[in-house]
Amino acid sequence: MQTDLGLWAVPLAMLAGAIRVSTPFIFVSLGECLTERSGRINLGLEGTLVMGAMSAYGVALQTGSPWAGVLVAGLIGLLLGGLHAAICNLPRVNDIATGIALMLAATGLAFFLGKPLVQPKAPNLSAVELGWWSDIPQVRSALQVNWLFVLGIVLAPALWWALRKTRWGLVVRLAGESVDAARAMGVSVAWVRLLATAAGGFLSGIGGAFLSLYYPGSWNEGLSSGQGLMAVALVIFARWNPLRCLWASLLFGAAGAISPALQSVGVTQGYYLFGAAPYVLTLAIMIITCSPERSLRGAPGELGVTR
Amino acid sequence: MMAANAHAPSGAPALEVIGYSKRFGSFAALDDVSMKVRSGSFHVLLGENGAGKSTLVKCIMGYYTPDDGQIMINNREVEIGHPRQAHAHGLGMVYQHFTLVPNMTVLENFLLSRPHVPAVVDWTRERAELEAFLAGMPFTVPLDSAVADLAAGEKQKAEILRQLYLQCRFIILDEPTSVLTPGEADEVLGTIKRMTRRGLITVLMITHKFREVNAFADAVTVLRRGRLAGAGKVADLDNAAMAEMMIGHRDVKQAVDRVARAAGTPVLEIDDLRATDDSGQEAVDSLSLTVHAGEIVGIAGVSGNGQRELIEVLGGQRHAVGGVVRVHGEAYGATRAEMLRHKVACLPEEPLRNACVGHMSVAENMAFRRFDQPPNASGGIWLRRAPMRAAARALIERYRVKTRSPDSPIASLSGGNVQRAVLARELSGDVDLLIVANPCFGLDFGAVAEIRAQIVAARNRGVAVLLVSEDLDEILELADRIAVIFEGRLRHETASCGADIGVIGRAMAGH
Repeated sequence: MQTDLGLWAVPLAMLAGAIRVSTPFIFVSLGECLTERSGRINLGLEGTLVMGAMSAYGVALQTGSPWAGVLVAGLIGLLLGGLHAAICNLPRVNDIATGIALMLAATGLAFFLGKPLVQPKAPNLSAVELGWWSDIPQVRSALQVNWLFVLGIVLAPALWWALRKTRWGLVVRLAGESVDAARAMGVSVAWVRLLATAAGGFLSGIGGAFLSLYYPGSWNEGLSSGQGLMAVALVIFARWNPLRCLWASLLFGAAGAISPALQSVGVTQGYYLFGAAPYVLTLAIMIITCSPERSLRGAPGELGVTR
Repeated sequence: MMAANAHAPSGAPALEVIGYSKRFGSFAALDDVSMKVRSGSFHVLLGENGAGKSTLVKCIMGYYTPDDGQIMINNREVEIGHPRQAHAHGLGMVYQHFTLVPNMTVLENFLLSRPHVPAVVDWTRERAELEAFLAGMPFTVPLDSAVADLAAGEKQKAEILRQLYLQCRFIILDEPTSVLTPGEADEVLGTIKRMTRRGLITVLMITHKFREVNAFADAVTVLRRGRLAGAGKVADLDNAAMAEMMIGHRDVKQAVDRVARAAGTPVLEIDDLRATDDSGQEAVDSLSLTVHAGEIVGIAGVSGNGQRELIEVLGGQRHAVGGVVRVHGEAYGATRAEMLRHKVACLPEEPLRNACVGHMSVAENMAFRRFDQPPNASGGIWLRRAPMRAAARALIERYRVKTRSPDSPIASLSGGNVQRAVLARELSGDVDLLIVANPCFGLDFGAVAEIRAQIVAARNRGVAVLLVSEDLDEILELADRIAVIFEGRLRHETASCGADIGVIGRAMAGH
């Protein structure tokens, strides 16, 4: 039985959206953050996300275990990230072009292999009920939290800590800031970037598993709708800081929930227009943060388009 | 892993290079060069650009392997095939450009340059240890600032401190003072000199500046065209002898004599100009300046005090945040039309990057100012190549640009010739205002004299010249009036005859 919440339904739905929709953003943006801090851009994470979603769904369907699906999705992401890094480590290869090629290839492959998965229903990931204290069903459903969301929340500060306080994190940053300094230290830049990109792919794959196994919780070709690409833009918005990546992901998740939220209180006009909120947000952020007169503070020194 | 430095000599090492040769293809960069640096001495390596100084130190540091020759440290022959081996012998180098990572703090930079970095860093303990190390050093640096926020002098000190922190006792300095104020340079070099006196370190410094050789060095080795041109104690040599070793006998074109003339009408008037740098920080701050026809106004200052932003505003590459620029009394926004109308010419620093398209030909680059006007274009749309090439040929001839043909890409020319080509383009038409930045940076003696002569000749013709240079000698030689820029403001303005160098130097350092 639904309780009528009036206009309170909108912020509540946005909170629910922030929790539910943001998880793939968190994983992909943390993955891309790690990759870019090592001095490489991986635009292929959209493909990794879709491929992860498809493979997670397939494996969950076959084995009956959604967590096996999550693991496989991560490993597929690891392979795709590793492939991207290996190609980019060749001389005179541009990481933007490679990323776009891999994005298209992985998306196409996922659609091709995922054809038989559209109909059957795979077991979904279970959720934790954090809304037990409330009698209002909307609050209870809004506070259904997936374990992957919890993992994402923990991962962001962990990555932030690792980049500041561990040798491993400092070496990743060094590779991203100055190739010469990294070489002088005896660090193999190619190897560091390979590992960072592969780890970033692993996280993105898990983000994909969340899409097909929890929310929306099925496999179809329109599942991702560019979330992987938006997560890349989000990293720039977050100035390459994992903690800010987390906040930005929550913001994007909330923006994505605006239109269903408005619909639930009876505002049906412009449903698709409000559906574009995250994309408009992306565009607005890019315009605000870009300037011909200033360079971005915090941008890794080796990150460039012309290489 | 302090073991990496376990067999590094404890005191200041002596180093000797015997018969080093290094060829790149058919070009002999080093030809049978020997050099002896005594323990605890301050040794200077002198030479023009391309004399082989950097090749020699790169061989010593293990970046290149010499084709022939030996190296001895403390009279024992050693093998250096890799920079890490050089490091293990206690050899460290401070480069001309900074190698500290700009987006990291000084503390992080120091830790990362250590041979061994712990898996999880205890920053509290590391800071305490580093502070203890710095307490025993003659100068210090702020540990928690990002390197990007340090002034040039502080960066240079941090680079030197890092080598000492890494237990290097033989330190090579590659033109360490090129980015410092005279005051900062004296402070850094003076401290290093005292450290050599106490036998803590041995120093090998690459420089062009005789003043530094006379004030600080014990001994000198001079290279010319890859060969040893001379060596000796500084006490036994005078500047004339060292200059002759360095450049040999050659006819250097004398700078054109300046014609005495009264300053004409004001051409460029800058009023209360403000501009920001790439990170949005204020770079040019309430700057006002007037340049009259037929005078050279020189702006002296250490790099990074707003010169680049000022030139970019005047050249149309950056928007001013506030203030007014007027040329011939009219408001000037540095658009192409305005530059054409007011006859403004601009030679920015690093012209290959800032004023050329590297892949396009010399002729095309020379036509950038007037490619869309007759006779180069008809109707403003159709370009004609023949007149452009003819004009380029005439300019190449007149300004003695060394290029295989007008059709070679301009990036294939040497630095001096790119400079000449751009100067030719800018001065070819009728010019009322010439804006020049660091026109002789990185050029050899001959090219320097010629470019300076062209600038003075333009002034004698009645052109108003604004010269921004980090080379104080250049300003003193060329300018009629001198202004000093520090942190985006003009601090001191004086006529160049009778200028007090001490006052200028202090103004450059902000006093």
